Amino acid sequence: MSTDSPGEFPIIVEGLCNGFGDQLIHEDLSLKVRRGEILGVVGGSGTGKSVLMRSIIGLQMPRGGSIKVFGNEVADGIDAQESIDIRPRWGVLFQGGALFSTLTVGENVEVPLRQFFPEIGDNLREEIARFKVKISGLPEEASFKYPNELSGGMKKRAGLARALALDPELLFLDEPTAGLDPIGAAAFDQLTRELQETLGLTVFLITHDLDTLYEICDRVAVLADRKVIAVGTIPELLALDHPWIQDYFNGPRGRSAQNSQARGRAAKQSTERARALPVVAKMMDKPGTEGA
Amino acid sequence: MREWADFTLETGDKGAVVVALLGPLRVSSIGDLDRRLEALDDHVTRLDLSQATDIDTAGAWIAWRFSRDWQAELTGASDKAQRLIAAVSQARGDDEPEGEHEGPLVVTSGWLGKNVLGAWHGVYKVLGFLGEVMISLGSVLMHPRRFRTKALVHQMELVGVTSLGIIGLMSFLVGIVIAQQGAVQLREFGAEMLTVNLTGRISLRELGILMTAIMVAGRSGSAFAAQIGTMKLTEEIDAMRTIGVAPMEALVVPRVLAAMLMMPLLGFFAGVCAIIGGAVISAFQIGIPFFTFLRRIQEVVPLHDFWVGIIKAPVFGLIIGVAGCYNGMQVKSNSEEVGLRTTMAVVAGIFMVIVLDAFFAVFFSEVGWG
Repeated sequence: MSTDSPGEFPIIVEGLCNGFGDQLIHEDLSLKVRRGEILGVVGGSGTGKSVLMRSIIGLQMPRGGSIKVFGNEVADGIDAQESIDIRPRWGVLFQGGALFSTLTVGENVEVPLRQFFPEIGDNLREEIARFKVKISGLPEEASFKYPNELSGGMKKRAGLARALALDPELLFLDEPTAGLDPIGAAAFDQLTRELQETLGLTVFLITHDLDTLYEICDRVAVLADRKVIAVGTIPELLALDHPWIQDYFNGPRGRSAQNSQARGRAAKQSTERARALPVVAKMMDKPGTEGA
Repeated sequence: MREWADFTLETGDKGAVVVALLGPLRVSSIGDLDRRLEALDDHVTRLDLSQATDIDTAGAWIAWRFSRDWQAELTGASDKAQRLIAAVSQARGDDEPEGEHEGPLVVTSGWLGKNVLGAWHGVYKVLGFLGEVMISLGSVLMHPRRFRTKALVHQMELVGVTSLGIIGLMSFLVGIVIAQQGAVQLREFGAEMLTVNLTGRISLRELGILMTAIMVAGRSGSAFAAQIGTMKLTEEIDAMRTIGVAPMEALVVPRVLAAMLMMPLLGFFAGVCAIIGGAVISAFQIGIPFFTFLRRIQEVVPLHDFWVGIIKAPVFGLIIGVAGCYNGMQVKSNSEEVGLRTTMAVVAGIFMVIVLDAFFAVFFSEVGWG
């Protein structure tokens, strides 16, 4: 393939091997993420979805293979120069939010700004932090709260605000809707989609949530047998005859997600055209719907 | 080199003032643009974005806020710029935060009041906790099957056995210092032989126990607080409660008991090490042979000195254990609290040990165990 330019594929993983002790997690795993897409990553528990993400963002040194992020090889560790080049261009939302517990939400968002662009004035930095918090669907006053005063769903939104602090091109989400109630999860999906459209993000999304896959993912990568066994849209995956994929999407939960998506599509089509950009604002009217 | 964002200011006819933003309006290149824009004092009527090469939400925010503040017309915005400006304008982040600033007098007196009340509540709560420990101990004694022998033995090993080395070495060195310094002073009166009395009595009665208590507070009191505090943060203690395991019985009682049981043993061990240290230095410096020193100890140190030390030790252990566990249980909300509470466990533990030691000193003298 001649289209391997970093412009088109922000992330290119080739022949990745990972393991702990005797146990092999990944073996000759390859995956390409296209610019501007939301790529859902699925797989059974223990198939190394999080390990894959940690390898890409440089938290886990792989045993072998190549990982190129924006054209930089990161599988051999991220050196100081690469760190300055790459880290401001991606944002990561960890599973539990991973907020710094001694800082307020606003201060959490300011951390990356302070780290990479100390020349920005205090006022502007605070303002940027505060509109990032609002863009992430939190109410204004959440900026002054500490993480332990937030509900699980609000923590995720606060983590998202921090991930978006530097206007990254690439966003990593690790099970963003896990532990949210269905309304909160749907709202978070919507928020992800809208932010992706508004900010032109490429999203690498690990999830177990079938609704999320149907609603917002452009393509889905399936991890099994220590590699990515298939990448494609859900209809493309369903056409494959792999037992795990069939079980996953055609199990009882898969079917109900499929049905609810079909219903949602029909209802949405009539109203969709009327919606004005930016739709982000809509999220702001109902912050914290996931409850305390 | 990075390309920085910049702007130009042009005054057109009919008093129109046009500010044009140049270059990439990204968070990485914006630098002090907003401060320079704020310093403008012409009445700007139009903000032109047509020469901006790139934009992100930070740039959009600056452009939008500037045009709002000056009531200036925004022109030349690309599709992307319009989209981002629309997004940030709905999420404006510069409203004044709520709550007003208070004067220094209010702040200071408020701080003082809060601390006084906090200290009072602290005393109240510690006493409550001590009571709870006693109740749990009592109920464990009533129902010995609930007693966690394994946990107790494990804690005894951590508190006692693993600290033998450092406590022995410390006491040996303290013994050397007492004997050597004592000998220098006593030589003035020609009473060098009294060095034996000094070393033996002070080691068994006071310093052995006190130094051990300080070491145990630093080693184990802090460990209790940090361990229980971390368990509190990760909701392990809540999980225990819901399963029906009382954290008091599972965590606190074994630790407090371990400290109470090991303190007398460690204290006696420390006293012995100090005496040996004294004997060693005496053999070199004062000329009292090693075994003569030890025999003299038997003659000049009354048995009640030993008892004074042994009676004090479990009380000190109780204080250290309770201070550690209490502070651990008080951790809530964040990781900084764990550090804060661990410090408090050690400081409060050592302080209370020294206060009680003073009481004991007076008490034992009064009852004739001088």
